[in-house]
Amino acid sequence: MRIALLGFGSVGQGIVRSILAKDLDITVTGLADSRSGIIDAGGVDLAAALARKEQGEPCGDPGISPTDVVERAEYDILIEVTPTNVETAEPALGYIRGALRRGRHVVTSNKGPIALAYPELRTLAEENGVFLKYEATVCGAIPLIHAIQEGIAGNAITRICGVFNGTCNYILTRMAAEGLTYEQALAEARDLGYAEADPTYDVEGIDAGIKLVILANTVFDMDTTLDDVERTGITLLSPEALQLAEDQDCTIRLIGEIIPRVGVLRVSPRIVAKTHPLVVEGTLNAVTVETDLAGDLTFIGKGAGSTETASAVIGDLLYIQSRHVQGS
Amino acid sequence: MKLEMRDQPGQLVAALKPISAVGGNIIAVIHQREATTAAEALDVQIVLELPEGRLERLLELLREQGVNVVRIGEERLLYECTLIVIGHLMHTDLSDTVNQIDRTGSSEVTELSMVMPAISSPSSARITIRSTTRAEMKRAIQILRAVAEQKELLIIEPLEDA
Ligand SMILES: NC(=O)c1ccc[n+]([C@@H]2O[C@H](COP(=O)([O-])OP(=O)(O)OC[C@H]3O[C@@H](n4cnc5c(N)ncnc54)[C@H](OP(=O)(O)O)[C@@H]3O)[C@@H](O)[C@H]2O)c1
Repeated sequence: MRIALLGFGSVGQGIVRSILAKDLDITVTGLADSRSGIIDAGGVDLAAALARKEQGEPCGDPGISPTDVVERAEYDILIEVTPTNVETAEPALGYIRGALRRGRHVVTSNKGPIALAYPELRTLAEENGVFLKYEATVCGAIPLIHAIQEGIAGNAITRICGVFNGTCNYILTRMAAEGLTYEQALAEARDLGYAEADPTYDVEGIDAGIKLVILANTVFDMDTTLDDVERTGITLLSPEALQLAEDQDCTIRLIGEIIPRVGVLRVSPRIVAKTHPLVVEGTLNAVTVETDLAGDLTFIGKGAGSTETASAVIGDLLYIQSRHVQGS
Repeated sequence: MKLEMRDQPGQLVAALKPISAVGGNIIAVIHQREATTAAEALDVQIVLELPEGRLERLLELLREQGVNVVRIGEERLLYECTLIVIGHLMHTDLSDTVNQIDRTGSSEVTELSMVMPAISSPSSARITIRSTTRAEMKRAIQILRAVAEQKELLIIEPLEDA
């Protein structure tokens, strides 16, 4: 199976390391970062590309652009793992459209295109007879979308609620455990690389909100945008509030909730009993899916990380391989 | 409200029909072994919601069914919900916020614990509301949400079963 890889950062390198470490029958015929690209039908020398990247150099030839890779490389599946843009989804959206139009499958970890343009992209994929997969866009390593679309197909889902953002969960865990203020816990999260210099996207619940939009639009066929999400972040939480919750054997977590029947999409801090399965520690994610046949199912796992996110991307890749590409 | 009866064979089933006949809504059925009675009889409590003015009719129907009601507890505020509110609670007149809920007549703030770290910084409070029905509880929370928006308070609601 031949793949082209766009984006060679944390997730892209995680995918390449896994390909190098395992016998997955995957050949990379195209690779690009923001400044360069490689097209090689015989297979890119991944170890060398990785070494260049680790030296801080571009991965390939500055004369080859990501668009060149999308349009000219010979691949079965495009892996799109470039940065998220929640306003326009570009340039990723253009890359994905380009690959689908060429009749190539696409696997992405990028929330932008899926949150903003899923109906269009799905139609484009269907018209071209290819798959569009996006497991890694929601809760990193947790195979939530696969579980919903395959494992519990046939169930009616009455509610999904969960911890969709590891940064917020880390901050709240630390505020509860150590009585830290929000600012202190945020500073700690930054030091550990769990929070960005500008943490707005995480702490205001935008990231969690986008994941709800993705779930709503893909597994519930709703047509929602971030504006449809009732959203409250964690920036105003006080250590006293966490103590008041603690006094009743409860804690506070940032919870994303979808109730499809009434169209509720909500991200807000909530009081949760400490024994509740959604109360996970640190940067973990946890999601409960409430169904009619299967009852409640709770998934817990790493929502981010290089190899963890690569795991979800590779799962999608092998899914497509087993159903479609095999023998080609 | 609460109805208590002896758990004799058939009594529970006989009691349930009249309750639905008068439009009542059963919230819980609790079996309780009463330590004080010499006999090892079980007590059954039925916790239910009843539309106004239907109690007499219900008791009549129960008597007809041969159900022996031992005690009627008029616990009006059956639903409880605890929330946390953060903001400048004193500056924005906390008692007015509480009054807006109490004024409904069907919901009450039954407990309030407040922590004020420093005069200028926001305080945090845990508020317990009790209501007569689930719908009234929703209404009380709506009131609190509206007040919070107006007074720029952050409300943290519990994550409850759907
Ligand atoms: N990291 C996670 O744990 C995680 C989890 C779930 C989902 N995701 C999503 O996965 C995607 C990748 O995340 P990441 O953490 O790997 O990001 P990252 O470390 O910032 O890497 C992004 C990569 O994309 C390249 N790039 C930037 N602009 C590009 C462009 N216009 N065309 C082609 N390549 C471009 C960058 O090039 P340079 O190397 O030249 O800068 C870099 O190699 C994001 O959409 C993210 O939201 C990440």
